[in-house]
Amino acid sequence: MKKSIAHIFIILFAVLVLLLTPFAGSIKIPLSALKDFELTTTGAQIFYSLRLPRVFTAFLAGAALACCGVALQAMFRNPLATPFTLGISGGAAFGAAIYVIFAASLPIPYGSVWFSFAGSLAAVLLVYGLTRIKKGFSVGTMLLAGIAVNFFFSSLILFLQYISDFTQSFRIIHWLMGSVDVTGYSTPLTMLVLTVAGIAIIAAQSANLNLMSISDEIAIARGVDVKNTRKIVFFATSIMVAAVVAFCGPIGFVGLMAPHICRLLVGPDHKILTPASVLFGGAFLTLCDTVARTLIAPAEMPVGVITALLGGPFFIWLLLKNTDSKSGM
Amino acid sequence: MNEKAIEIEDLSFAILSKRILQDVSFSVSAGQKFFIVGPNGAGKTTLLRCLSRIITDYHGSIKVKDKNLKTYSQKKLAKILTYVPQALPADIPFTVHQFVLMARYPHLSPFSVISPQDQEIVSGAMEMTQTACFADRIIATLSGGERQQVSIAAAFAQQAEIFLLDEPAAYLDYKHQRDIHNLLAKINKTYDTTIICVTHDLNSAVLNADTIIALKEGKIVFEGTAEKIMNEEILEQIYSKKFNFVQHPLTGQKIIVPDIIE
Repeated sequence: MKKSIAHIFIILFAVLVLLLTPFAGSIKIPLSALKDFELTTTGAQIFYSLRLPRVFTAFLAGAALACCGVALQAMFRNPLATPFTLGISGGAAFGAAIYVIFAASLPIPYGSVWFSFAGSLAAVLLVYGLTRIKKGFSVGTMLLAGIAVNFFFSSLILFLQYISDFTQSFRIIHWLMGSVDVTGYSTPLTMLVLTVAGIAIIAAQSANLNLMSISDEIAIARGVDVKNTRKIVFFATSIMVAAVVAFCGPIGFVGLMAPHICRLLVGPDHKILTPASVLFGGAFLTLCDTVARTLIAPAEMPVGVITALLGGPFFIWLLLKNTDSKSGM
Repeated sequence: MNEKAIEIEDLSFAILSKRILQDVSFSVSAGQKFFIVGPNGAGKTTLLRCLSRIITDYHGSIKVKDKNLKTYSQKKLAKILTYVPQALPADIPFTVHQFVLMARYPHLSPFSVISPQDQEIVSGAMEMTQTACFADRIIATLSGGERQQVSIAAAFAQQAEIFLLDEPAAYLDYKHQRDIHNLLAKINKTYDTTIICVTHDLNSAVLNADTIIALKEGKIVFEGTAEKIMNEEILEQIYSKKFNFVQHPLTGQKIIVPDIIE
């Protein structure tokens, strides 16, 4: 009974955020503008070509990051596992930075996505490889390797910025902060395809993730192909992280917060937890972005600043909460 | 009874350069209660981990029901054998019912719905293991003994023919120890389930086992019946210490008694 209220709450939250946030902003949208599909008025132009694409992009980015967080946390049985802490975001960001500086003029369709994807895959292989060198890898090692990989890619990005010219450098800095300001529907449409694919792959692993969240031994005893599931999850998260990072930059902490809040609301079963986190993560990032573009209106902040401001304390809270109940990492 | 559940030939395994198992060969007949004993670090747990395919990079051959272990898909293997760890993780957030239901995994395809038959098997498993009375409690809130009952309930709901158990009664009080061994004996007797059990408790091994093997430094140093292993020289060879024996007042079986500390 309590849980079904939580389900309704999450669905309602997502629907309300999607319905209301396009109206928020420094310029008021008259309701009459909604019927103006020819975009003859400024209100309609702002609503349909700026606000709606932006809201969709934020929602998809949040949904994708939350989905990655859910899967990685279950797989590593660690509440701090996210695309960010495992270095996947860092790799994707490095890939995208290379694209911006060296390859942006090349005629590659969706070039930034491809470069991000290559970067995120490289990060996954690096983190996984580092833990494979020694037999019997622990999740603690994995996270430390992830942090090391993140640092490594951050320094590479700094290096790229240093050797690039001023405008490229500014573009990289702005995008590194994480922002969802897009125009038109090509970005949200590309993201929709990649995000839906990634979420579908992860959702199909629900039963495996449930068992792996208990222990690998139990999962193997019940018949889960653990190694294969790991590969699938890494692949799906690499796709989703690449999509988010290529278009919006490395937005942190959504993948950390959304799954945790949803776990408190709907419980640990991934058949429900995954869709709940997807909806909640999407709505949460959209809300954060709305705050980012209204707080200091008419100026705007990158949404990554808001999520980091919320996420930092949340991370510490989790760390403290966790050392109470579990020993080690 | 002569059908082989498991056949192991020349099984070896090393971590870095340390040899954990060396040319281990033995077989277990279907329906047997098979106990593995030996001192700390003898390779008992590693042996179980090879059998349950948690460890895969071993040398030698393991056959399960006349088929190479490596040729099974994980799911197909889980219909035949299951592994019960020494203890479940203490922080499992699922309820007992959810956890036991998850043990139906090998019988379900990714998108199939849980059938009334699955539910029936799960309720049956919880009834038999006396875990039904706390079915809706979260596992993290249970005691160690209750968690172990739940672990066996799940293994039973999985309907595997072979149970691999790693010291199932370690850390448990006397009542729960007895309950776990009674439960395993009952499952063995009623369903002809093969029980392969690692233990440090020699007395429970000799009182429960059909066959016992002893490992020492990765090698088999004894294979035989309970009567045979309760021998001063054999036990001293296995454990590098002397033992005192008494006869069990009910069965007459020779058992060991604790040492007097001087």
